[in-house]
Amino acid sequence: MTAFAVRHGGTRQLAGTGTLLRFALRRDRLMIPLWIAVDALMVLSMPGTLEGLYGTPAERADLVRQMETNSSLRAMVGPVFGDSLGALTAWRVGIYAGALAAVMSLLVVVRHTRDEEESGRQELVASGTVGRRASLTAALLAAAVANAVLALLVTAGLAGQGAAGALALGLGIAGAGMVFATMAAVVAQLTESARLARGLTAAVLGTAFVLRAAGDSGTDDGSSVLTWLSPLGWLENLRPYAGERWWVLALLAGAVVLQGAVAYALAGRRDLGMSFLPTRPGPASGRLGTASALAWRLQRGGVLGWSIGFFLAGVVYGGMTEGAADLVGDNANARRIIERMGGQSGLTDAFLASMIGMLGLVAALWIVASVLRLHGEETSGRAEPVLANAVGRLRWAAGHLVIAFGGAAWIMLLAGLGFAVGYGRQMGPVLAACLVQLPAVWVVGGVAVLLHGVLPRAAVAAWGVAGAVLLIGWIGPALDVPRAVLDVSPFGHLPKLPGGSMEWGPVAVLTGVAVLLVAGGLAGLRRRDMLT
Amino acid sequence: MTKAITVSGLHKSFGRTRALDGLDLEVAAGEVHGFLGPNGAGKSTTIRVLLGLLRADSGAAQVLGRDPWADAVEVHRRIAYVPGDVTLWRNLSGGEVIDLYGRLRGGLDAGRRAELTERFELDTTKKGRTYSKGNRQKVALVAAFASDVDLLILDEPTSGLDPLMEEVFRRCVEEERDRGRTVLLSSHILSEVEELCDRVSIIRGGRTVESGSLADLRHLTRTSVVAELAGPPDGLSALPGVHDLDVRGRRVRLQVDTERLDGVLRSLSESGVRSLTSTPPTLEELFLRHYQDEAADR
Repeated sequence: MTAFAVRHGGTRQLAGTGTLLRFALRRDRLMIPLWIAVDALMVLSMPGTLEGLYGTPAERADLVRQMETNSSLRAMVGPVFGDSLGALTAWRVGIYAGALAAVMSLLVVVRHTRDEEESGRQELVASGTVGRRASLTAALLAAAVANAVLALLVTAGLAGQGAAGALALGLGIAGAGMVFATMAAVVAQLTESARLARGLTAAVLGTAFVLRAAGDSGTDDGSSVLTWLSPLGWLENLRPYAGERWWVLALLAGAVVLQGAVAYALAGRRDLGMSFLPTRPGPASGRLGTASALAWRLQRGGVLGWSIGFFLAGVVYGGMTEGAADLVGDNANARRIIERMGGQSGLTDAFLASMIGMLGLVAALWIVASVLRLHGEETSGRAEPVLANAVGRLRWAAGHLVIAFGGAAWIMLLAGLGFAVGYGRQMGPVLAACLVQLPAVWVVGGVAVLLHGVLPRAAVAAWGVAGAVLLIGWIGPALDVPRAVLDVSPFGHLPKLPGGSMEWGPVAVLTGVAVLLVAGGLAGLRRRDMLT
Repeated sequence: MTKAITVSGLHKSFGRTRALDGLDLEVAAGEVHGFLGPNGAGKSTTIRVLLGLLRADSGAAQVLGRDPWADAVEVHRRIAYVPGDVTLWRNLSGGEVIDLYGRLRGGLDAGRRAELTERFELDTTKKGRTYSKGNRQKVALVAAFASDVDLLILDEPTSGLDPLMEEVFRRCVEEERDRGRTVLLSSHILSEVEELCDRVSIIRGGRTVESGSLADLRHLTRTSVVAELAGPPDGLSALPGVHDLDVRGRRVRLQVDTERLDGVLRSLSESGVRSLTSTPPTLEELFLRHYQDEAADR
């Protein structure tokens, strides 16, 4: 890459990269280790979990046989290539660990490229003895360091199951991370907004997941063209612990180099702060007239994106419901996990309940993102002139909160409709199951409102709350965590619908808690100084 | 005379930093009031208290006869504010922002908006991120000047404007004054202050150090005198209020507290005056003195 840079503009294109890299790593000294820890933990905890579920070789062989005939579960986690604990680990978490590394990488790269330009900070940095491509290089190197550490941890942690497979999985996960790091680097050249760059790259990641899922539902050995179109499909086709196909790494490396080269070429050809998708002029006069209208204008893009995502997720999960339940039904331990997540009545219901519960957890991310728009408006200085008009703080906040809390209901409703389309039965109970998630989602939103109102400088800690809830909900049931830990999450108290009986008590209590949290947050907001 | 703004004994701390330390400020209705002080003196903090964005730890503040914290919305109906650092939404055009601010305040004079857009040569179709600093400032200025309010609070509003646009800004402020509106103008541009402001308040370290008309302030400072005398000067150094006396033969240079000028002139004329230049302090000297005292205090 250095050679490329030299050809295009002298030897000083990369000046300052080392300083910028250290600076980037210092700014991310919390975020990167946290992502790596979560990702590595997910992978490294899996052999133990699987051993508990499928203790004997016979049980494992049985599982593999069933997988070969179950297209729905293949779509969700990919095909299984071997019955060793290592192979099953790679099967069960490989794609998800790769996707997680991809999210981490795209966040890191956009944060140190387009984010910096959009905020105007880059201007000052670039005026120093800093080469034109130094910031991009530093951002990619930061992502590379993070992915290398992750690969190292995975390889070392799984070496007990076999060194070659551990290395293949580690490199595959890191490779998927770097593919999306370089993709984010390209997208960050194209858009003017960091938010859009993150959104577009995440959409590509989502598409990659769907392509692989579609391909794997049709074939049981990952050989579908659709699977090969997806970088996550390459990760699965590396086949760690099942006769590693090392040459697939070349695909990952090739994509990284190619995308990196494109990003470098684009970065060298454009003006600072500008993009290849320039901003179009807007209307000379506007119709916006209230704080709520402004909030809607700022958030409508997000609402649209999340709506599409939740509807499609509903369709996909709904579509695989029946087959998945069949498979799990044959394994007592897997059945126990699903039942712990989704309730005790019929397995189809339990599967539906656990899938809907997962979407509920994801909706908690939406509500935190949406509530924290208040924080973003405030710290960017855009709230100040709005509040200097005849707009009370409560009305200003209400505009965003209605979208956050109402939006959560809206996307869960769409997920329910998606399930109805994909599954085709039980429309009423499925919709009810989606909506029953809302009190728990609202509690998480309420925590965000409370933090923003009372401890505004710690408002982003709401992300930590959402992450903890997500972690408890996703891996809690599989890890046999004590009930007390599961109970910390508001989602642990929800009735298991469909199938279980509706319990109004916890729903009412959670809704009441959410109301109190929001009221407390708003009371704090009225009383405190605005951040400047 | 009614007061648009009355502030007394305002204190505000951020953690251990003391931003305001007993600040007083009075702005009469209908005047253009200059609000001056070195960086970090507490000007923006004061303005944010006046807007009810920050709550003072102690002290009293009234804006248009109301408490800016408790009655923020009512007060804001009659206020227009231009921040020193205007941030816009990336995906909203300047025109949309102007209209939004106008409506949020309770109405905008469409004719005046068009006229101001023209005068400030503002392209209202561009979107937030594509405006330069000066143009972002113009968006906020057009929104402020086009609204029908009693009080304009302007926090270094011209820091990004070119000289032509600054001239337009000055005309606009004068028009506002002619309509009987009150303007609180925080500024570092002394010519702007001198031209526009009826009275000024200078703050430093969170406290008001001087307040009054520019003539009053000048009176408190030194006048420099250069004289050519007929005979040797006599007794000048003993006079009260004389500083930096420099006598070379019959040529005398000195600085004198403006209120002691009488005595110096009397003493000079006793020796016979051939030529005399007396220079009132420039605004720059006046401010430098107030600003630099801070350095001496440290």
